[in-house]
Amino acid sequence: MIRIAFEPFHPARETEAYSATAENAGAVVSFLGKVRGDVDGSINGLLLEHYPGLTEQSMTAISERACARWDITEPLIIHRVGALALNEPIVLVCVAACHRREAFVAADFIMDYLKTEALFWKKELRHSGDAWIEPRSNDYDDAKRWREEG
Amino acid sequence: MRLLFFGKLGDAAGGREHNFELPEDVSTITELIKTLSDENPALGAAIAGTCVQFVVNNNIVTSDAAISNGDEIGFLPPVSGG
Repeated sequence: MIRIAFEPFHPARETEAYSATAENAGAVVSFLGKVRGDVDGSINGLLLEHYPGLTEQSMTAISERACARWDITEPLIIHRVGALALNEPIVLVCVAACHRREAFVAADFIMDYLKTEALFWKKELRHSGDAWIEPRSNDYDDAKRWREEG
Repeated sequence: MRLLFFGKLGDAAGGREHNFELPEDVSTITELIKTLSDENPALGAAIAGTCVQFVVNNNIVTSDAAISNGDEIGFLPPVSGG
């Protein structure tokens, strides 16, 4: 289940509802990504853009790849778009599985690919002027791990 | 046709969505970029300066893809989600 959220969502409520549907699972892993402030306090918030239709397709493709690779329940992936304030949730990934290892690893995999392949563009709203975020090489290295490990 | 510019390309294009009349002698993405660059050098520089993916009617294509009036063309700079 993938969802674009145009308004703030409630991670705990979403995780609880997902967990309740995964009746045969013995493990549920959830990852929450939030808007992080800068140490010098220069960031006011974020603006997240997406490509309606294609972004959902890119998220579904990532979810399906995780399902094909590990024995997991269909994940829940919620990603915010629009204007976000500091500390607000950006992304929630929930993965249920019979045992914890698959759930942890699949959630890690999904996040790495959400960072590098899902169609979102992020702008930092700064006191000194707004700036689009460029992908970091670390993000690509993280995603590459999954190819190298087969 | 409808042109969509995402991320920093939208800033260079002066907005995300544009209606555009495709000149008769323009039939590929590469030729479209040349036309757009002539009209808006800053947009041309922004497209040339990053690794852009192209979308024609919801399909990711290469820059030699054929286009026609009525198409929706998306210009996608590197993503930064999560």
